[in-house]
Amino acid sequence: MPGPPEAAALAAVAAFLEATVRVATPLGFAAIGETIAERTGVINVGLEGAMLAGALGAAIGAAGGSPWTGLAAGAAAGGLVAAVFAVFVVGLRADQIVTGTAMTMLAIGVTGAAYRATFGTTGAALDVPTFGPAAVPGLARLPVIGGALFAQAAPTYLLFLVVPVVWWILMRSQAGLAMRAAGEAPHAAEAAGIGVGRWRAGATVVGGALGGLGGAALVLAQAGTFAERMTAGRGFIAIAIVVLGRWHPLGVAAAALMFGAASALQYAAQAARLHVPYQLILMAPYVVTLLALAGVQGRARAPEFLGKA
Amino acid sequence: MSEVLAGLVRATPLLLCGLAVSLAFRAGVWNIGAEGQFYAGAVAATWIGTRVAPSVPPVVLVVLVPLAAATAGAVWAGVPAWLRARFGVLEVITTIMLNFIAEHGVAWLVHGPLQEAARTYPQSDAIAPAARLTPLLAGTRLTWAFPAAILLALAAWFLVARTRPGFALRAAGANPEAARVTGRINVTRVTTVAFLASGALAGLAGAAEVSGVTFALYERLSPGYGYTAIAVALLARLDPRWVVPSALFFGSLEAGASALQRSAGIPSVTVYAVEALVVLGVVALDRQVWRARPA
Repeated sequence: MPGPPEAAALAAVAAFLEATVRVATPLGFAAIGETIAERTGVINVGLEGAMLAGALGAAIGAAGGSPWTGLAAGAAAGGLVAAVFAVFVVGLRADQIVTGTAMTMLAIGVTGAAYRATFGTTGAALDVPTFGPAAVPGLARLPVIGGALFAQAAPTYLLFLVVPVVWWILMRSQAGLAMRAAGEAPHAAEAAGIGVGRWRAGATVVGGALGGLGGAALVLAQAGTFAERMTAGRGFIAIAIVVLGRWHPLGVAAAALMFGAASALQYAAQAARLHVPYQLILMAPYVVTLLALAGVQGRARAPEFLGKA
Repeated sequence: MSEVLAGLVRATPLLLCGLAVSLAFRAGVWNIGAEGQFYAGAVAATWIGTRVAPSVPPVVLVVLVPLAAATAGAVWAGVPAWLRARFGVLEVITTIMLNFIAEHGVAWLVHGPLQEAARTYPQSDAIAPAARLTPLLAGTRLTWAFPAAILLALAAWFLVARTRPGFALRAAGANPEAARVTGRINVTRVTTVAFLASGALAGLAGAAEVSGVTFALYERLSPGYGYTAIAVALLARLDPRWVVPSALFFGSLEAGASALQRSAGIPSVTVYAVEALVVLGVVALDRQVWRARPA
C-alpha cells in the first residue's frame, strides 16, 4: 500500500483525469461530427448553434421524460439546425461562413426565446433528470485511469462507441470513400457517379446531430440545467479541435482530450487555491485554442474543397 | 421622440462596427471579431478617460481617445491578422476566440485593475468630464460620434469604390488567386491592412460608446454589437454607404426590442433570431454576391 502522501497525489491525478474525460465529452461529440462534415467539404460554423439547440432540446426532452429522451431530443435539435444550414449551403450554394454565423445567431435567439417561453422569465429552478456516473464493475476500481475511463456518465460511453464507428465509416468503408472524395475532388467524384450534394447534406446533418449530442451531454451529464448561451463557444473550439486532430477521427478524439485536460486544469487550479483571478482562469480554453491553432496550422492539410462549392 | 433618439444612439456603434465588418468581408477577411475589437477600444477609452485625462489638456483628449481606441482595436485584430498571414490560420475561429478572451478580460479589469475607487461594483470609475463627447442635443446621449460615423462611412465608400487601394481590396476579396497573378497586388498585405483597419473601426465604436453613452466600463457593455454588425453589413451588401441606413434599421429594431422587453416581456434575445433571418434572407436572395466561390 502507498503511504498517505502518495495516495493523495494519486487521487488528485485520478480526479484530474476523470474531469478531463468528462469535460472533453461534449467537445468530442461536436468535433467528431464536424470532422464528418468537413471531410465532405462543408465547414459548419453553425456548429455552436447546433450544440446550443441540442442543449435546449435535451433540457426539454429530459424534463418531460428521462435523460435518454433528452439525449434523443438533443440529437434531433442539433440535426434540425444543421439541416437548415444544409438547405442554404448545399441547396442554394450560399456562402458557408456567413450562413453558419447566421445559424449560430438564429440558435441563440430561438433558444433564448423558447427557453423563457417554456420555463418562464426568471429562468430559475429548472432541474432536469441527469445521467449520474455509471461505474463499470471491477474496471472502475483500476488505479489512476479507472475513474476516467470506467466511471463516467452514459454519454461518454456512447462517445467511446461513436469514435471508432466514425473512424471505420470514414476511413475504411465505401461510403467514407465517397464522402472524402466529395471533399477532395468533387468534380471527379461527380463524374464517377457520386452524388456530392447528397453526401454533403447527409454528412452535415449527421454532424449537426452529433453536435446536438454534445450540447445534450453538457446539460445531462454536467450542468443539470439549461442557461442562455451555455455552450460558450464550445462549438467554435470543436472546429479548432478538428484542425488540431488533422481531420482524422482518432486524432480529433485525442485533440478533444487535450482540450478536456486544459479545461480540467481550471478545476485543479481552483482546488489548489491558486491566487489567480477566476476571470483569467475562464479565459484559458480560448487562449489554448489560439496557441494550438498557431502551432499546428501549416503542417495540417485541410480537405481540398473545404468551404468551396 | 425618445424612441427615435434611442434608435439613433444604438445605431452609432452598429454603424462603426458594420463598417468594420463590411470592409473586412469586402477584402475576403472573415472578421467575426468586431465584438472583441469593440471591447479593446472601450478599454483604451476608459483607461485614458479615468487615468490619463486629469493630467492632459482637454484638447489633446479629442485626438488621443479615438487614436488610442482605434489602435487598441487594430492590435486586437492584429493577432488573428498575423496568424492568418503567417500561418494561414482561419480567422473565423481565432477572432471568435478573441471575443471570448476580451469579454473575460473586461470582466477581470472591472473586478481588478480598472475597478472604481470605491471598490463596490464591478465597473470602472466614470471617465473625466473632459473626456466625454458633447451631446448634439442637450440632455440626450446622441453625440458627435453619430455624424462623424456617417462621414467615415462616406469616406470608406470613396476609398473602396473610387481609389487604387480600394480596387486592390476588392480584387483581393473577389478572387485572391487572380489578384495575385496580376503581380501588382500583394494580396497578403492588402488583406492584413484591411483586417487592421476593420479592427480600428470597431475599436472606435467602443470609444464612442464609453465616451458618449455609458461614461464607464462594465461587463457586457456591448449587447452583441459586433455580431449584429454582421447583419448590418450584409443587409447593406457590404456597401459602406448602405451601412448607414442598415445600422439605423437595426439600431431602431434593437431599441424597440429593449422597449418591448420592458413593456411587454418579449425577450430581447429574440432580436438575434430576427437578425439571423435577415442574413439568411440576404444570402438566399442575393446569390450573385453570396454564392460560395468556386475553387
